[in-house]
Amino acid sequence: MRTAYRERYSTAPIARGTGGPGYWRDLDWILLGAALTVTVFGSVLVWSASRADMAAESDPQSYLKRHLVNVVIGLALGVVASRLDYRWLRAYTPIIYGASMLMLVLPFVPGVGARIAGARAWIDLPGGMTIQPSEFAKVAVILMMAAILSEKRDIESEPRDRDVLLSLGVAVLPILIILVQNDTGTVLILGAVSLSLIAVSGARTRWVVGLIGGAVIGGMLAIQLGLLKEYQVARLTSFINPTTDVGSAAYNANQARIAIGGGGMFGYGLFQGPQTQGKFVPVNESDFIFTVVGEEFGFVGAVILILLMAIVLWRAVMIAFRADDLYGRLVATGIVAWLAFQMFENIGMTLGIMPITGIPLPLVSAGGTSMMATWIAVGLLQNVRLHAQRAGV
Amino acid sequence: MSERSNLRLLVLAVLVTSLLGTLVARAFYLQVMTGETYRAAAESNTVREAVEPAVRGLILDQAGRPLVGNRTSVVVTVDRQVLEKEDDGGEAVIRRLAKILDMQEAKIAERLVNCGTDGAKPPPICWNGSSYQPIPVANDVDTQTALTIMERRSDFPGISAKLQAVREYPAPFNVNAAHLLGYLGPVTEEQIAAQGDSQDPDRLRITDTVGRTGLEREYDAELRGQPGITTLAVDTSGQVTGTLTSTPPVAGNYVITSLDARLQSVVEGQLVAAIQRARDEGYPGKSGAAVVVDVQTGHVLAMASYPTYDPAIWIGGVTKKQYRELISTEALSSNAYQGLFAPGSTFKVISTAAAGKEGYSLYGQYPCPSSVRVGGQKFRNFESSAYGRISLARAIEVSCNTVFYGLAERMWLAAGGPEAGSAAADPVAETAKMFGLGSATGVDLPGESVGRVSSREFKAENWRAMRESWCANAAAGYPETRKTDPKLADYFTALDKENCENGFLWRAGDALNAIIGQGDTAVTPLQMAMVYAAVANGGNLYQPQVAKAIVSASGDVIKEFQPVLKSKVEVPKATMTFLRRTLPGVTTAGSGETAFAGFPLDQIPVASKTGSAQVTGSDVSTSWYASYAPADDPKYAVIVMVTEGGTGSKTSGPSVRKIYEALFGVRGGSVNPSDSVLLGGEPQDTLPIVRPDGTVIGLNGQTSGVATARSTRRSP
Repeated sequence: MRTAYRERYSTAPIARGTGGPGYWRDLDWILLGAALTVTVFGSVLVWSASRADMAAESDPQSYLKRHLVNVVIGLALGVVASRLDYRWLRAYTPIIYGASMLMLVLPFVPGVGARIAGARAWIDLPGGMTIQPSEFAKVAVILMMAAILSEKRDIESEPRDRDVLLSLGVAVLPILIILVQNDTGTVLILGAVSLSLIAVSGARTRWVVGLIGGAVIGGMLAIQLGLLKEYQVARLTSFINPTTDVGSAAYNANQARIAIGGGGMFGYGLFQGPQTQGKFVPVNESDFIFTVVGEEFGFVGAVILILLMAIVLWRAVMIAFRADDLYGRLVATGIVAWLAFQMFENIGMTLGIMPITGIPLPLVSAGGTSMMATWIAVGLLQNVRLHAQRAGV
Repeated sequence: MSERSNLRLLVLAVLVTSLLGTLVARAFYLQVMTGETYRAAAESNTVREAVEPAVRGLILDQAGRPLVGNRTSVVVTVDRQVLEKEDDGGEAVIRRLAKILDMQEAKIAERLVNCGTDGAKPPPICWNGSSYQPIPVANDVDTQTALTIMERRSDFPGISAKLQAVREYPAPFNVNAAHLLGYLGPVTEEQIAAQGDSQDPDRLRITDTVGRTGLEREYDAELRGQPGITTLAVDTSGQVTGTLTSTPPVAGNYVITSLDARLQSVVEGQLVAAIQRARDEGYPGKSGAAVVVDVQTGHVLAMASYPTYDPAIWIGGVTKKQYRELISTEALSSNAYQGLFAPGSTFKVISTAAAGKEGYSLYGQYPCPSSVRVGGQKFRNFESSAYGRISLARAIEVSCNTVFYGLAERMWLAAGGPEAGSAAADPVAETAKMFGLGSATGVDLPGESVGRVSSREFKAENWRAMRESWCANAAAGYPETRKTDPKLADYFTALDKENCENGFLWRAGDALNAIIGQGDTAVTPLQMAMVYAAVANGGNLYQPQVAKAIVSASGDVIKEFQPVLKSKVEVPKATMTFLRRTLPGVTTAGSGETAFAGFPLDQIPVASKTGSAQVTGSDVSTSWYASYAPADDPKYAVIVMVTEGGTGSKTSGPSVRKIYEALFGVRGGSVNPSDSVLLGGEPQDTLPIVRPDGTVIGLNGQTSGVATARSTRRSP
């Protein structure tokens, strides 16, 4: 069979360098094109969302400019990620992971951390910039888990229980830290990512079933035993009926629904959305950015954005399928799970079918760390593809 | 890689696809299927109306003189939304504002409190408008202060000084006319609630002022105009982000009344003079009213009530102290159309009409003793004078009660006497009702009193309503009164016992009281004016009207109020003729003689009737003088009355005479129509002209340059 055939070549040495004429030819242009289009679309939305807020500033475009700077940095990081040597990357993964975990605890250091929207998850940088280390942690967890789950394995064999446990530990550590930071959204994403990785790694079915069951029971216990604070529960459940409560989470959900619903089929047009331009939807330049496309470009615009992101995910899935080794497949799978669940959670919460959590829409939302991390992910996808192409040729 | 891995990756891909499908489906539901409701929600979220009130229409007299106009006032307003953004919540700004306006800080602060919240003062001090509306805190601020406020923007964030149209009372000839004109007040919650969910741009808004009484209320919809509405898009902080629609205000219509300012001024003065005469005699002379109507149309030419108040008191909100004073002096309601009084002998025109209708001889001789005894009770003539056998005409001239007592007893017996049921004939009451007593005149002024007619029917009804308390009192025997005055308590007890048992019976005494306008009969002076107008014009009962026409602010006549004939009084022509022949005799040789001594009655015969109505609880009678003139070609009916004012002829009569002198231009003994207070000597047939720019050309050719609609509208 096809994969089996390709597997045979997977251990072949990487003949060519990371650059060279093959790089451009072998890039997944559809993936790159779709990701770039989403980013440009996102930048327009950020522009529209930030206009009203920045109207009083000396340079009303300053927010957009900062966003574009982030995009450029993200693209650069993506290029780097795509050209890194596979083996090198694997070798340094523990260091990347360790550094990432260190960054995760930095927000707790007085004077460094910043609390935004109730989550202690940001690092203050000089010049008013902030970094959200949990975004990088997602990349680090994917790389680390992929490395562990694909290590020292015979072809066709499943990961040993020890490896699964170890990889779980790799995921649980940042999950615990991020839980303390009140960043529930990221916890859910990391959970989905690690579950997907363990599943696709070929681990025995009882692991998969057990983990799903454990997650369900654990979630119920957390609510029952009061481990989650009341506001966390409120935030997570307000989406069920946002109109009954006018607390801030419900307010957000309600205003978001009004914005998106009001957009109708074709939307009000760019810069014309009353909810968007009237600043009725909070943080609509980052977490609630989908309300901008929903209101100003309507159902048509929303579907176009979702389709563009679907293309990104489709290419990522294809890369995972065609990866020439388990490591590459797991890296691509982790990225698919990450982007897909984050996208579903983010858009879902603006549509009122998912709880309100503070996570950005990948490639679209303003927020430098997310933009950089996502572009690194796109770069890594290209890297996996390039690796496979070279091995396959 | 393992099949398991492939399979699970496939499952993940399917899962991701289904998640994306869910998002699209949900977006379709929200945006396409239910989008409309969200669109509406978004609009109500983000659209605010800015209402520019229309300039209220003027109220003019028949000659085009403005009785109510507008002027501009510099109003200082406070925008709480801006103040709240200050670090100290705006305290410093208020302090500075208080200083520059020379007001107490607390006085400003209390105006900024929403009505109904903790510690809010009662309206009109608390704010019952919307939170988005700047709140006026000071009126009539001088220009210098206003300029300072507007120039020092950084010291006064959220404070602005702007020109606003407020009501002005030009008071030509010092007219007051407060009860006619009425006043404005904030719209009431009931009025707002009555509109339901109306989205009509002309609907009343919580910040509107509306006419509360008088013409301002009656013609509020005409006077109010249409506000200019600008729909603004706003953001969450209330910042305006754009203008959606805008319609300019349309100034309110003008109400042209049949009132004549100059005549009104005379009538008001003469009412005060009558009150003064009563007081000079040592009578309380507490209150009074005067009415002049056009007998051929029912138009009200002048109407005064005492006590009165300054209508301008309402501008910018009445103070608590002022309001208490208004309430305690009962100056707020008009005695002319809201006060109810026993008509006394002025009622005898109705009694005479009833007698004529019943076939009693109008030219026969009737005994006029000093008193009659009916049903064991003595009924006296006024001042117990006896005139022997006299004609009915003479009985009217000298106001002989006993002649009418005789008639009353005969009618009562004819109807069945004490055994008559409540359905038995009651010709006096029926005639009174025919003349409009006991029912609304329909005057175009709100809150008119209806009054009542003493009758069999009324007595039975009253008994049904009062019986229980009468019986209870009779049983209890007035224990409190008994402690101090057992005799009085006995009297009260006996009275209530009788009332309890037989209070429904229409006794002879009731009939006797009723025929001379006593007993339960209560009328407004305006009703009486319409009775005399009907006598004067041959039986036409008109609906009194103050408004003559509605004219737009640009001069188009929108509506003219034609005379409204309510009914024809069904009294034999001969009887009406008899009355019209007899009443001038009252002035020449009867109870009105002294009041009109020296008046050129040969040129202007005056038909009149005096009245001195007894009132329970006072020794001093209500003074009435009802009249119309000229008796041979009736034009005006004039009524003057003073409560606790003594006799009709002495107290009210001279004032009626003076009013006729003013109307006809009487100087000494000669008549000169050009001296009449009315331009041209009589009420105007034509309307004053409102020019397209809103100014008025009076009938004397003068242009009224009061702050009219246009000039105010142009103000910034």
